[in-house]
Amino acid sequence: MNHRIDILAILGSLFLCFLILELIRKKRLMERYALLWFASVLIITLFAVWRSLLDKLAAVLGIYYAPSALFLLALFCGLVLVLHFTLVISKLTEQNKTLTQSVALLKNKVDSIAEHVQCE
Amino acid sequence: MQKILMIVPAYNEEKNIRHVIADLRSCNVKVDPLIIDDGSMDNTAKVARSEGADVIVLPCNLGIGGAVQTGFKYAFENDYDIAIQFDGDGQHMACEIETLIKNVVEDKCDVAIGSRFLTATDFKSTFARKLGIKIFTIINSIIIGQRITDNTSGFRAYNRPAIKFLSRNYPDDYPEPEAIILLSKNKFRIMEVPVKMQQRQHGDSSINTLRAIYYMIKVVLAILIGVFRNVERKD
Repeated sequence: MNHRIDILAILGSLFLCFLILELIRKKRLMERYALLWFASVLIITLFAVWRSLLDKLAAVLGIYYAPSALFLLALFCGLVLVLHFTLVISKLTEQNKTLTQSVALLKNKVDSIAEHVQCE
Repeated sequence: MQKILMIVPAYNEEKNIRHVIADLRSCNVKVDPLIIDDGSMDNTAKVARSEGADVIVLPCNLGIGGAVQTGFKYAFENDYDIAIQFDGDGQHMACEIETLIKNVVEDKCDVAIGSRFLTATDFKSTFARKLGIKIFTIINSIIIGQRITDNTSGFRAYNRPAIKFLSRNYPDDYPEPEAIILLSKNKFRIMEVPVKMQQRQHGDSSINTLRAIYYMIKVVLAILIGVFRNVERKD
């Protein structure tokens, strides 16, 4: 039986795990955003290593070729991650808007105070 | 005597803004014009200041929703009784302000919307735009149980409770139709007042044909989701 795809999946997962750890270590990735990544990698690795579990899952889902289930799972994890990013972006946009408004209001206030001081 | 703030959002309106401020000064009602320069690339802020108007310059472009909300925040912080939204492109007329604020001053409503369609006017527009406006009328009227004829009108007056509420909650881009749902759901009394408006003097409207489809989908989606949002008013 050909196990090349399983080996590839394991290698890929390990590489991703290493990459995430390295990015956190270099403080380029915040831990709180890495958690979802780790969860995804863990799930994929688990299924790649534990072939019988993958076979069971494939059987339940009615998928004939088991590694396809792995891809389905990976795709799902990817989608969850992307959704998570849009959540983060939305939050950042909202915070950015509030900050922009505050800065503009403060600048207006500072300018008017400075004008008063000059007049006196 | 009530303190009235004119919130004038302006993006690259250096050609229109002088005329708008002069128009506001000629108004029978005493109002304080506040120009919100939404990160313009031209001299909008400079021209407005030279006309003696108070100007708030947003360091980056937030879009009409974020710009107008800045005005609500300013109105709330500076104890204004009434805030009026007034476009910086010259299409709204200062002589209509008295008519617009009447019901708000007399506490008959919290929000007054200047409508182009309450009386027969010579409003000229494309078929697509008229269709869009019609769709908003139907959707919004069903949702809030009150007929609103001009959902896209940006000529509006708000009392203090509405100012306070909107300074915290205001929709982002193309906020006008969505704000009606938001306000109605939070039990604000809305009234429409017939007003006249002018065609734009210079420049293009922010909505061109290409953006129209995005506009319709975005706003209708926002409106429909707005129905299922929780009521946020807590006063």
